[in-house]
Amino acid sequence: MQIIKVIALVLVSLLWLAGASAQDPNADAAVSSGEYHAIDAMRRGEPLTSEPSAAPMARVENTDRRRQRAWPEQPPTIPHSIDGYQLDRNANRCLLCHARANAETFQAPMVSVTHFMDRDGQVLAQVSPRRFFCTQCHVVQTDARVLVDNTFTDVDALLQVSKEP
Amino acid sequence: MRARLRELARRYWYVLRRPSVHYSLGFLTIGGFVAGVVFWGAFNTALEATNTEAFCTSCHEMRDNVFEELKHTIHYSNRSGVRATCPDCHVPHQWTDKIARKMQASKEVWGKLFGSINTREKFLQRRLELATHEWRRLKANDSLECRNCHNFAYMDFTRQSPRAGKIHARWLQGGEKTCIDCHKGVAHRLPDMAGVPQG
Repeated sequence: MQIIKVIALVLVSLLWLAGASAQDPNADAAVSSGEYHAIDAMRRGEPLTSEPSAAPMARVENTDRRRQRAWPEQPPTIPHSIDGYQLDRNANRCLLCHARANAETFQAPMVSVTHFMDRDGQVLAQVSPRRFFCTQCHVVQTDARVLVDNTFTDVDALLQVSKEP
Repeated sequence: MRARLRELARRYWYVLRRPSVHYSLGFLTIGGFVAGVVFWGAFNTALEATNTEAFCTSCHEMRDNVFEELKHTIHYSNRSGVRATCPDCHVPHQWTDKIARKMQASKEVWGKLFGSINTREKFLQRRLELATHEWRRLKANDSLECRNCHNFAYMDFTRQSPRAGKIHARWLQGGEKTCIDCHKGVAHRLPDMAGVPQG
């Protein structure tokens, strides 16, 4: 019985000590900003006690030049800005130009025939409801700095490597 | 009743067509001129007062629906701080057209009094009808209210995005299309567009 009391006392005091150190206002300052970067990249190394200044916003690329697809089935990225484009159950601003009937008028690429298929592969007369919300797959690209290095290898490069003796 | 009214009208007509007995010609001429200036000034001031965003958004129908939507568009907030207010797009700037539009707007006073769109649901229900009025007006006058600011003659295609420049050159230059054909919903959310020809 005595032993249990001693153990409980030790545990309680340990907890109290841990709590006290966590509340230390100078605890943050002791840690260098580099270590914070590892913890929370979103805060860009800013201590929790201060507010980081907002980073400049990335600009959407608006060059209208089609980009290469990284693999054949990749949904093509949008090569223009889509600011303020209404895309809801009432209206689809993308289809103003990319619908079959309007593609010629605006010289825009028509949505591919896969967008007319329902999930059973049946081709419908109009864009299938499940493919209506374009930005589910198609996105704009910005000039934002790449946060994480990318080790993606193009399939053609892989094939080339496999052919080499 | 009818006889009494006719009697009244006849008496006033009699007074009106007789020469003035008490007032001099000078007083009547100058007084009439001054009264005219005051009347016209007051009329024009009142007219312009109804031609402001503050007036439009003094009703919750406009403030909570269309004005709220405008705030998210480029016609309200943009890089250069030039912006359009309600009457810039919805009221013609020419005087005669403006008066014609103002007379039409008496229908809107009726709507306000009887609450034809006094809830969000009622507004959404009639949104297509209301939008169609504006599309028809802009189509009929070749998007005059757009062109009050966006003058085609001064558009620099090289400063537009490549696709915008191409499309403007192809369709707008020859007058085959007008602004509203493609730019529906540029300042407010669109109603259900199923069946509405676009582009």
